[in-house]
Amino acid sequence: MKIHKYDTVIVGAGGAGMRAAIEATKRSRTAVLTKLYPTRSHTGAAQGGMAAALANVEEDNWEWHTFDTIKGGDYLVDQDAAEILAKEAIDAVLDLEKMGLPFNRTPDGTIDQRRFGGHSRNHGEAPVRRSCYAADRTGHMILQTLYQNCVKEGVEFFNEFYVLDQLIVEENGVKKSAGVVAYELATGEIHVFQAKAVIYASGGTGKFFKVTSNAHTLTGDGQAACYRRGLPLEDMEFFQFHPTGIWRMGILLTEGARGEGGILRNKDGERFMEKYAPVMKDLASRDVVSRSIYTEIREGRGCGPEGDHVYLDLTHLPPEQLDAKLPDITEFARTYLGIEPYTDPIPIQPTAHYAMGGIPTNVEGEVLSDNTTVVPGLYAAGEVACVSVHGANRLGTNSLLDINVFGRRAGIAAAEYSAKADFVELPENPAELVVSLVEQLRDSTGTERVAEIRRELQETMDANVMVFRTEQTIKTAVEKIAELRERYKNVSVQDKGRRFNTDLLEAVELGNLLDLAEVMAVSALARKESRGGHYREDYPNRDDVNFMRHTMAYREVTGEGDSATDSIRLDYKPVVQTRYQPMERKY
Amino acid sequence: MATPTMDKVEADAAAASHLITVTFRIRRFNPEVSADATWEDFQLEIDPKERVLDGLHKIKWDLDGSLTFRRSCAHGICGSDAMRINGKNRLACKTLIKDINPAKPITVEPIKGLTVLKDLVVDMDPFFQAYRDVMPFLVTTGNEPTRERLQSAEDRERFDDTTKCILCAACTSSCPVFWNDGQYFGPAAIVNAHRFIFDSRDEAGEQRLEILNDKDGVWRCRTTFNCTDACPRGIEVTKAIQEVKRALITRRF
Repeated sequence: MKIHKYDTVIVGAGGAGMRAAIEATKRSRTAVLTKLYPTRSHTGAAQGGMAAALANVEEDNWEWHTFDTIKGGDYLVDQDAAEILAKEAIDAVLDLEKMGLPFNRTPDGTIDQRRFGGHSRNHGEAPVRRSCYAADRTGHMILQTLYQNCVKEGVEFFNEFYVLDQLIVEENGVKKSAGVVAYELATGEIHVFQAKAVIYASGGTGKFFKVTSNAHTLTGDGQAACYRRGLPLEDMEFFQFHPTGIWRMGILLTEGARGEGGILRNKDGERFMEKYAPVMKDLASRDVVSRSIYTEIREGRGCGPEGDHVYLDLTHLPPEQLDAKLPDITEFARTYLGIEPYTDPIPIQPTAHYAMGGIPTNVEGEVLSDNTTVVPGLYAAGEVACVSVHGANRLGTNSLLDINVFGRRAGIAAAEYSAKADFVELPENPAELVVSLVEQLRDSTGTERVAEIRRELQETMDANVMVFRTEQTIKTAVEKIAELRERYKNVSVQDKGRRFNTDLLEAVELGNLLDLAEVMAVSALARKESRGGHYREDYPNRDDVNFMRHTMAYREVTGEGDSATDSIRLDYKPVVQTRYQPMERKY
Repeated sequence: MATPTMDKVEADAAAASHLITVTFRIRRFNPEVSADATWEDFQLEIDPKERVLDGLHKIKWDLDGSLTFRRSCAHGICGSDAMRINGKNRLACKTLIKDINPAKPITVEPIKGLTVLKDLVVDMDPFFQAYRDVMPFLVTTGNEPTRERLQSAEDRERFDDTTKCILCAACTSSCPVFWNDGQYFGPAAIVNAHRFIFDSRDEAGEQRLEILNDKDGVWRCRTTFNCTDACPRGIEVTKAIQEVKRALITRRF
């Protein structure tokens, strides 16, 4: 075991982590721990753009953007946070441009902008051009630009280090962060990083679904590390299903395709979104479009012999426009489906895409241990966190924005904190939990296989807690997850070595997915209403009287040692409302 | 629009249910077990429309958990899974089984020129060091503007091709010069230098050109086009290298 000491430790090197690192490195001795090489993160898979009311191509302002974000989130958004997001969006985009990001340009040479789902002029009048973009590679460009600037600033990376535990110490009844424990993939060695400040920027948890746009590595490691140490997870029942994933594969096809004029059609060739969203049509918010697609499929208007998908039609758009604005997604259709998007519509279905919930933070990125108490020295930003700017449903282009605005804020806040704080003393045997976790998995002779449990988990999640949910389906999922968690205790790995043991790490990641899937399902069961991405067929309406509140899920442990059992306790937190009264959501 | 027809999709669905048996012949190496690398064959049932990465996952998940490779996004964006498939550098997640003659064994080896650490995993540090050495970031002087820097659509287009790089190392590890001499910067580093040299906003082009004028710089390129063939993003890598060479002679860029 090795012990390292840094002022600031950042967990994750995607957009949020590297944006934080650029700020933190200037102000404090900083280390970035990342389970992948920095440019491998899933920020790079984001396509369509980053929202900011630059008003480069038409009238726009940050107040309209704030409203759209709150409405898009079905009023579960904390309105003070949304206002910060929309206001700081403008500088966030300009900062990236100054760092070198190659945005598409207008004829005047300013940053070009295009339409995107849920973004409107004057509180819902018509779609507005607010998304700043670089073809359909905006996430790739953000990731590359941030890494380039990390190289410029000399950011120190620990590549292929998996953070598996968050060290929390209680001093006089106050929970404080003392550091993290990481597993080095290359050697199997365990490292303790003592740090005055820790920032989680480790991304989402989409791999508990089968059809997902998420990378194999998105297994909720940061959420799980904090949750196991008694910190709450907020709004985990809210997961976004992106309307246009490649049929059966789930690979993302950007909403920018519809922003450029693409149309969704059922088997009769009908532009069905006109029925569900007369004003915004194909550019309604993602939850609305995904439900509409499944309604078409359920009512027998799906395409293909099994009627299990619909079409994204780009055939009326000029090939030059597709080449210039949507080169990557058209190539995906050619590579993976053998389809030519110039002439053929693309089969699509909704794909599990984004966790609106996560580790609760305030607007400075400080992690909360309950509804109001800050954990000194602990921060989170990006998809791992819940500020909450996305509420019950995130608008497209607001996640690339979120990582830049709140990544920057967390980086500054953490470094300023570590400049004045002392190190918190490490607990005795700081690596104990990780050592026993790793040894237990490596030495186990159990008969259960990681891949089989993960497959069953993904199948139950897709079948029971996706776009449509009922009490019965969610209960089925809860029971199945409990069974799988029990079986997981008997899981073993074949690779018993220390060097690059990805077999072992997949087992660890599965443990994280199981815990988080359970939190999601239990949170969803208790929310007896429909709001944003959480749609209950048995409670089809939004219920502001009983459920205008954030879910806070805590892990509770009873008993000790082998007889210890854990359960989930749900609590609730009020939504911050400033100037917008909840209204019925229409697109 | 072309009214959606059932025919194509039906045909595709029929093909999807058609599994074939393929042999994966994989280069295995684990210094914890043996100092020598060996070939190992695995037979599996697979839909020919699946990816080579899907085949590797089937082996790892159902047959041999110790098979080790890097991967993440699984659709050609993150750059983790460059490997040598049937003797050619490709991304395992962007290569479909049907496109590489599954009637014969499919050979999978680590990319060449970088030290193999285990199975298909190589040491990427020298690759990223070469990248860092070419100053891969925008350099400007003077006061920053309040708003964005202006750039015409034409100036933006000038370096578009080289912005697509995902640092997967498929190009660099396909280069015979790099195989023989790991000191050579390699195509990927030059591509990333090109991305800034030809960016109208940048002011450090001369410095980058001097770095690449070094004995291990662009002049080592022998124009074999392996890099262009290998690039999973379709970047015209050899052309970019030639443009850097030309800029070194003309000092115009």
